[in-house]
Amino acid sequence: MVQHKNTDFETQTLDAVCVNEGQLTPKWYHNIKYLVVGVLFGIVFVKSEVVSWFRIQEMFRLQSFHMYGIIGSAVVVGMISVWLIKKFNIKTIHGESIEFHPKTFNKGQIYGGLLFGLGWAITGACPGPLFAQIGTGATVIFVTLLSAIAGTWVYGLLRDRLPH
Amino acid sequence: MGILSNPNPVVVNPKLATELAGYGITNYDNLIPLDIMNWPALLTLKGFLLMVVGGFLVGFGTRYAGGCTSGHAIMGLSNLQWPSLIATICFMIGGFIMANLILPHILAL
Repeated sequence: MVQHKNTDFETQTLDAVCVNEGQLTPKWYHNIKYLVVGVLFGIVFVKSEVVSWFRIQEMFRLQSFHMYGIIGSAVVVGMISVWLIKKFNIKTIHGESIEFHPKTFNKGQIYGGLLFGLGWAITGACPGPLFAQIGTGATVIFVTLLSAIAGTWVYGLLRDRLPH
Repeated sequence: MGILSNPNPVVVNPKLATELAGYGITNYDNLIPLDIMNWPALLTLKGFLLMVVGGFLVGFGTRYAGGCTSGHAIMGLSNLQWPSLIATICFMIGGFIMANLILPHILAL
């Protein structure tokens, strides 16, 4: 892929991952850990009802504490995890040190954030939960997933012309 | 499967249930409203807006913002990143605007 202007911070992160993989050349079965974590994540999504369209509607109408409680406790657990990783210099499963890169502000976080918020309230799902919704048997959400993927593709197409 | 899924219908705030019943949404068997999100509904304007346009906004917005609820709201806030706080606030503003001001018009179609 030819990059004319390097404004895509996601791509940079992905590049970094590629470098790591090049150094480690992991075996295929090392990817099973992602499958295990993904399956657990999906179960938690469904059990906690965070992928429920109804819970999302309650959240945005301030009619229930449910979603605020889940996201809030996830942030607290995340903070403790990040603190522990930094404090004890915890390594990855392959012994690499874990680095946290500061996020850089750009206007995309405002415009993109607003657009994502609009979509979140319509579909009742952020990107990950779309997969979980399909898994609950709502097969039509596969169309929503394809549309979301199309959205990321169109962003790539328009990136240089969008304000950042 | 009984352990992993909740066999009972989702219990929602009665105010929301009343509002949604006004739009013909009474089926709480799934985590999504099957009354308005199903294969035949895709061919209606309402279904197209809910599933296709909604999905597009999720994908486009997430990539534009450089992260989603996991990347910005949970992971970004956990690592005390102020750009993630701005993104999270914008997620919420967008959601409040849609759910309270725009979605009622879509559901009324």
